[in-house]
Amino acid sequence: MASGNVLHVLYNDDDILMKAVKELRSKHYRIIEVYTPFPVHGLDKAMGLPYTRIAICSFIYGLIGLSVATLMMNFIMIEDWPRNIGGKPSFSYLQNMPAFVPIMFELTVFFAAHLMVITFYMRSKIWPFKKAENPDVRTTDDHFLIEVDAANHDLDELSKFLYDTGATEISLIHNEEHA
Amino acid sequence: MSSHYEAPIREPLILGEKSYHDISVDVGAPILGKANKSWWICFSIALIAFLWGLGCIVYTVSTGIGVWGLNKTIGWAWDITNFVWWVGIGHAGTLISAVLLLFRQKWRMAINRSAEAMTIFAVVQAGLFPIIHMGRPWLAYWVVPIPNQFGSLWVNFNSPLLWDVFAISTYLSVSLVFWWTGLLPDFAMIRDRTKSPFQQKIYGILSFGWSGRAKDWQRFEEVSLVLAGLATPLVLSVHTIVSFDFATSVVPGWHSTIFPPYFVAGAIFSGFAMVQTLLLVMRKVVNLENYITIVHIEFMNKVILLTGGIVTVAYLTEYFIGWYSGVPYENYTYLSFGAATGPYWWAFWALIICNLIVPLTLWVKKWRRNILWTFIVALVINIGMWFERFDIIVICLSKDRLASTWTMFSPTFVDIGVFVGTIGFFFVLFLLYARTFPVIAQAEVKSILKSSGERYKRIRESGEDLAGTATDERTSNYAARPESLASASNADATYHQSTVNADALVDTETKKAEIDLMLAKIGKYDPATQTADDLKKISGVGPVLEQKLHQLGIYTYDQVSKMTKTEYDLLDEIIDAFPGRAERDDWAGQAQNLKQ
Repeated sequence: MASGNVLHVLYNDDDILMKAVKELRSKHYRIIEVYTPFPVHGLDKAMGLPYTRIAICSFIYGLIGLSVATLMMNFIMIEDWPRNIGGKPSFSYLQNMPAFVPIMFELTVFFAAHLMVITFYMRSKIWPFKKAENPDVRTTDDHFLIEVDAANHDLDELSKFLYDTGATEISLIHNEEHA
Repeated sequence: MSSHYEAPIREPLILGEKSYHDISVDVGAPILGKANKSWWICFSIALIAFLWGLGCIVYTVSTGIGVWGLNKTIGWAWDITNFVWWVGIGHAGTLISAVLLLFRQKWRMAINRSAEAMTIFAVVQAGLFPIIHMGRPWLAYWVVPIPNQFGSLWVNFNSPLLWDVFAISTYLSVSLVFWWTGLLPDFAMIRDRTKSPFQQKIYGILSFGWSGRAKDWQRFEEVSLVLAGLATPLVLSVHTIVSFDFATSVVPGWHSTIFPPYFVAGAIFSGFAMVQTLLLVMRKVVNLENYITIVHIEFMNKVILLTGGIVTVAYLTEYFIGWYSGVPYENYTYLSFGAATGPYWWAFWALIICNLIVPLTLWVKKWRRNILWTFIVALVINIGMWFERFDIIVICLSKDRLASTWTMFSPTFVDIGVFVGTIGFFFVLFLLYARTFPVIAQAEVKSILKSSGERYKRIRESGEDLAGTATDERTSNYAARPESLASASNADATYHQSTVNADALVDTETKKAEIDLMLAKIGKYDPATQTADDLKKISGVGPVLEQKLHQLGIYTYDQVSKMTKTEYDLLDEIIDAFPGRAERDDWAGQAQNLKQ
């Protein structure tokens, strides 16, 4: 990217935003990012974002939780200190398993939920003391902002095109990081 | 837009002429404004109750649980009653946010935030009781599986009491994470709306720097869905396991296979009653009647009816089976002829009247849509569900298998104090929450505004396109926009009127000059001193056309009222979709009327 110019294009309606994203994509302009105040359904598909794999992560974390529960209870109740509780001796994990099902379930959920949320926070880079990065404060209220890569494009032509898509405000950002 | 379609027969969930910005304003208002007097009065009462309870807890722990009214026969009474009552209340929040999410119920969005808050605060109260009941709460860490040398022995994984430890701590922590993740975008909204640097800092930290990128939202929605899928069996498991505390014992009346489903239904029943109690007050105090509507209240009343019906069937089954078994002990359980006529008859009938009879009035549509009656029924159910747990625990224990040990239970002031203290603590937390947290999941409500908002339903049914209808004058400040992007190369842009932003519409300098001439004639709009009028009120002007007029610098009726054929022709020339019938519809005349 030669110039490093980025356009911040604001829209104030989600339907107009969706149309604009589709038009931008069909004209092969590069959308760097879209900031929205609420989840706009279908926006990820319109932008061509790949599916998120976080649910698969959660499934794997759940399996880890189930294994931890099994190994822990097998060690404690069967191997390390077997006890005869109410006339029910602890011979094997499988025989005693019905009593262990509740905790196997709880730990599966515990691991799947917490590790998934931690993965989400890490992947989306959100955590306490993280500084917000939305370029305009109205994008958490009722505005939608598209960051368009303006490098190697005629600015006037591009901005006219963007206003035609229904943009309400456009500002030019000379962003050194993108250069 | 077809994506916003909702059958017209469905009642709107958001009332009034709300735009996206209105939602931000309404949800932010209690946080950004000052607390009123009634809030301070409620908070003081709750704080006093909490402090009294704290005193009773300190007395209990320092002296021993002998200060409670327990005796050799009745070893569990108010403490466990309160524990089960609070855990039950803590079921509605996750049910609303998780189960109703899986069923795609849009009405959950206005109430899930507060219901989840209630869940977390209620589970905190519930957790206090087993810990105090240990007598030596500083040894509470013995319930976690730590090697023998740190405690007495390994914990017993066969015991339902230990399952409870895992179930409730998983439930509390997962609910907390679910709640907080949903809060991030709303904290971000407050962070970006507030003008106080202190609030900006605090809400900046609380929002974890949420920025609302498309990818973040995609993950956010996936995480919400998976958490809902995990929390649904979790919420069912928690009260199932609480019921195991009783069902795996041999006490008559406790030893019952019906307990798990019956406890879960009862928990949802009492949880929704508590949600109604809190929200009916809150919607009034923080002016959210347009979001938590009578439709929401009716839906919750229907859930109360359903779960109340399940509980009723369980009561009748218990009563019948106890009688039909012919076992003499069963005549002293909490649902039996012996209980109804014995020394605890008042507790038995309190249960029957509060949980079985009073909720039946909700079958009448007029009553379940009556706010005052709903509030009364909710309070009655709260009381009834407390009695249900009291009956199960105390009545069943008071007449166990050995007749010589039969006895009664009477609470001491400490029992009562601890219970009142947890109610105080609960309300302290809830009142603080109502002042500092966005009490409605505003991001989610915004996502259903176009499908379920009253205004948008009307626009859609009139056959108009919803695109462009979200524009809000207060945030879309066209006048503040730089004239042209390439203002460096287009230096003469400043010659044109600063309220005109017609770059999208006007391509030649001649036309810009013509617009300037027009504005000179009809008057220039000054955003500093004037307010924009709703041009859509003029017949023939829709949201899209209004936006175009705004781009040309036309904002007020006054301006439109001065238009003549010359201006109409110019507009016709500039705006593609101009209806061409402005003259016939007599915009100027209409605007003249609207001006007055």
